[in-house]
Amino acid sequence: MGTSFGRGGATTFQQDLQNSDCIVIEGSNMAECHPVGFQWVMEAKARGATVIHVDPRYTRTSALADVHVPLRAGTDIAFLGGIINYVFEHEKYFREYLVSYTNATTIINDRYLDTEDLDGVFSGLDRENRTYDFHTWQYEGMEVQAASGQRDEQYQDRAGGGGTVRHAARGESHGSGGAAISGDPEHDPEMLHTRCVFQVVKRHFARYTPAVVEEICGVPQDLFLKVCEAVTSNSGRDRTTAFVYAVGWTQHTVGVQYIRTAAILQLLLGNIGRPGGGIMALRGHASIQGSTDIPTLFNLLPGYIPMPHAHEHESLDAFIEADAPDKGYWGNMRAYTVSLLKAWWGASATDENDFCFDYLPRLTGSHSTYETVLAQMDGSCKGYFIVGENPAVGSANARMQRLGMAKLDWLVVRDFSLIESATWWKDGPEIESGELRTEDIPTEVFFFPAAAHTEKNGSFTNTQRMLQWHFMAHEPEGAARSDLWFYYHLGRIIRQKLAGSADPMDRPVLDLTWDYPTEGSIEEPSAEAVLAEINGWDPEGRPLASYQQLKDDGSTSCGCWIYCGVYADGVNQAARRKPWHEQNWVANEWGWAWPANRRILYNRASADPDGKPWSERKALVWWDEEKAEWAGHDIADFSSTKPPGYRPPEGATAEDAISGTDPFVMQPDGKGWLFVPSGLTDGPLPTHYEPQDSPFRNPLYRQQRNPVRQVFKRKENRYHPDPESPGSDVFPYVVTTYRLTEHHTAGGMTRWLPYLSELQPEFFCEVSPELAAERGLEHMGWATVVTARNVIEARVMVTERMTPLTVQGRTVHQIGLPYHWGPNGYSTGDAANELVGLSLDPNVHIQEAKAFTADIRPGRRPRGPGRGALVEEYQRRAGIGEETGMAI
Amino acid sequence: MALDRWPVLRQLRGEDRLGRGAAVKSERSEGLTPRTSSADEVVKSICPYCAVGCAQNVYVKDGRVVHIEGDPDSPVSRGRLCPKGSASLQLTTGEARLHKVLYRRPHGTDWEELELDRAMDMVADRVLKTRSETFEWEDGEGARLRRTLGIASLGGATLDNEENYLMKKLYTALGAIQIENQARI
Repeated sequence: MGTSFGRGGATTFQQDLQNSDCIVIEGSNMAECHPVGFQWVMEAKARGATVIHVDPRYTRTSALADVHVPLRAGTDIAFLGGIINYVFEHEKYFREYLVSYTNATTIINDRYLDTEDLDGVFSGLDRENRTYDFHTWQYEGMEVQAASGQRDEQYQDRAGGGGTVRHAARGESHGSGGAAISGDPEHDPEMLHTRCVFQVVKRHFARYTPAVVEEICGVPQDLFLKVCEAVTSNSGRDRTTAFVYAVGWTQHTVGVQYIRTAAILQLLLGNIGRPGGGIMALRGHASIQGSTDIPTLFNLLPGYIPMPHAHEHESLDAFIEADAPDKGYWGNMRAYTVSLLKAWWGASATDENDFCFDYLPRLTGSHSTYETVLAQMDGSCKGYFIVGENPAVGSANARMQRLGMAKLDWLVVRDFSLIESATWWKDGPEIESGELRTEDIPTEVFFFPAAAHTEKNGSFTNTQRMLQWHFMAHEPEGAARSDLWFYYHLGRIIRQKLAGSADPMDRPVLDLTWDYPTEGSIEEPSAEAVLAEINGWDPEGRPLASYQQLKDDGSTSCGCWIYCGVYADGVNQAARRKPWHEQNWVANEWGWAWPANRRILYNRASADPDGKPWSERKALVWWDEEKAEWAGHDIADFSSTKPPGYRPPEGATAEDAISGTDPFVMQPDGKGWLFVPSGLTDGPLPTHYEPQDSPFRNPLYRQQRNPVRQVFKRKENRYHPDPESPGSDVFPYVVTTYRLTEHHTAGGMTRWLPYLSELQPEFFCEVSPELAAERGLEHMGWATVVTARNVIEARVMVTERMTPLTVQGRTVHQIGLPYHWGPNGYSTGDAANELVGLSLDPNVHIQEAKAFTADIRPGRRPRGPGRGALVEEYQRRAGIGEETGMAI
Repeated sequence: MALDRWPVLRQLRGEDRLGRGAAVKSERSEGLTPRTSSADEVVKSICPYCAVGCAQNVYVKDGRVVHIEGDPDSPVSRGRLCPKGSASLQLTTGEARLHKVLYRRPHGTDWEELELDRAMDMVADRVLKTRSETFEWEDGEGARLRRTLGIASLGGATLDNEENYLMKKLYTALGAIQIENQARI
């Protein structure tokens, strides 16, 4: 979403779903995984909205929807691309919205070649290094820097010669270009130019016909057309459609492009920034949005400022020049970055020393959790903190996770109970099978008990970007402590040990601002003091009210610019609790949402170019001529006093370069991007590729898979043979993983609870009666599920909720596996993640857990050495080697 | 028990003909009060499971959490909680939670108990040692790195923003970059 709209967050909020006329839930089982949020879907339905559920399984969400569309896992781009084609063919797009608010009219340069021209790949593919050079995807007459995504791509072009990225992993490397940076793109307001984005996108999706959708997805044409009609008849001036997704869309080798397809469709239909419209991303953890905003992620600094990559002689100025677009709010990136450096290094950060920019460690390619596991297995990564997460069963290829941990010098696990990631050395699957011996494992393991949410103050950022404060009810007992306590005191002790050191390596730690006040008998650091630092201070030390106050001269400090304002007036805005029935439906006075407490992003688009609502029924914000400001139900996601008639003067930069009719204020051109000229590693447009492990050929192109997906040649991580090649019939079934209402992710917070364990007592797999008959599986009996990675066992649930589909003239069976389990706790079972291979989306390095292949057979899996032997036998039968599945 | 206390008689004779209220109350159930009514304090909280962000009322008595309910004031949840949120009393006060630091020494076959202060000190030592052993100032071609690839961290999506902030700040100052959380997973 970041590359399409400018920010990587849900564009709307859950309550706004009640205003939708049509809701498409795809890649999510909202009724079971986000049941309380689902009440807003039911509100919409009660008001007459059509609810559509697109999912391989029939679930409670399907039961409450008007239409359930079963599709083959891993084919959503074809399905959504088919709707896009329908929109073009039947001219159902919202023309005025498209022309004014998207890049539909922009002309693309003549070197661009589409997947239609190159049989499934885009121009610029470097086959040897499995990367794309994005230069041919640019606008005519201009180079644009993305507001999000892979921004280091253009370092060479923008910062000038001298800097090169060394050892860069795929995705972050760039070509040798040197194209002009400035200039204005060319437009065709009639959208007739053959190279304008409108025509390029139209041609790109022209082959995604209903017949092709049926052939790829297994969705009958009449059912598909029913969805097309519902979505298009509920979009336009007076009606809006919303899309809802979860990890059913992200966990693929083309996951980012799944969401891009929905973004293109919603822009074509004019559904972004409007009530009842948008794309609702449903996240699975209390603060997973927050942990991306204030990132515990390798490639980001707080507020989506990229982590710097290694370049020779890089200065703060070169970093800003390379990564910041000139126009849009990212044009102020220097102010955001300098204010962050001031928050971290305080008085030590001065203009003379580049505000300690040099203190930041540098990246050389991808350092994601999966590369880290490989580094652990290879012995270069020696120490590991696991904090409220359970990778020993919760991460893809769980066995590799444990093998990596078994090579560490030390491991720290912080959790409530003894999760599998803490005990694998004692009772993990490799100990049981005899592959590892406890006495041989050198890893030192520390288990620290964690404090519960009731035992600490702090804020969670929920799925709609809203920060909500939770208060401490009492201090934690015994040695249980919050993570705030742990990291504050760890830092304090480390600083004590280093005190007086002259080693330059220690300077960033010693110069760190780290004097938080502590409270109570356990010396808990004040979470509110940390929040105040995140919010930031003006030169007089007063809390800032808005990121628009941030300066690039070191006079302001701010720990996360998008959270600036959460402590405005010295008041904890996240703790606000004005009841919903005492305010309007937007409820801006409950909690605080980034940016600037706006609840629907890009809501300038809810009004027409003149600033009037597209229709009374869909009014949200509008230009109040009398007061000369934006007014409405929500806070305008726009300069509050910038009139619709504003046009940027020559040479304007940052927000001044955004005209009064450009709603996507983070984008350098202020437009929603149908076509993404930079910021994506795998192409400017989504294309249907088959999953890494798939039983079917890609019928659209010779190119089978995403050519720049990340794959790893490791013996613990073998892939399955290509479809229609020898051995491909060894793993004939499609598998998808999912969650249940009663358990949470890898089970660390649920499998130890008697109530929830009683409700969902053990691991199971869902299969259709047809598959059960084909493989002799009995309801409530045992099944063994095998991939080239590992083998697991599960209780069998035979259910008609799993529908066999007809794809390319063949019947395909799908197997559903909930992934919550592991051997510890009250509710136990094998981990579905044992089966999943590491094959990743090249943009965000997320694994493909939602669509892969396997074999299933009746009975329990072997114990002891027989477990590995069975996997090896399967590998032999399928003829699997190190090159299997590695073709570009 | 007096005959006239017999529920069936009370149901037939009284106003509660369907037997859903007064007629079926025993002396014991009549004397029961909800845990929420006798609490000393109601603390405002947010459910720690998924990202819907349901608001919770945490009832505290004598310094202990005695009950957790949905907060009807929330515009998102309007007082509702799912099975997980409803079970969060068991999550926070259940017996499965540990309250001691445990330590497994290299090649050890079982856990040992450790004092918290001692454990913190040991972890600090290990961080510094690993950092020193694996610190990289430059790559082979002169580009600045100033980092360690020896220390990694996983987790954050279940934590507070303030916790993630201190983690990222400390790790970055130490030069650790392999900092990840479940957003990747």
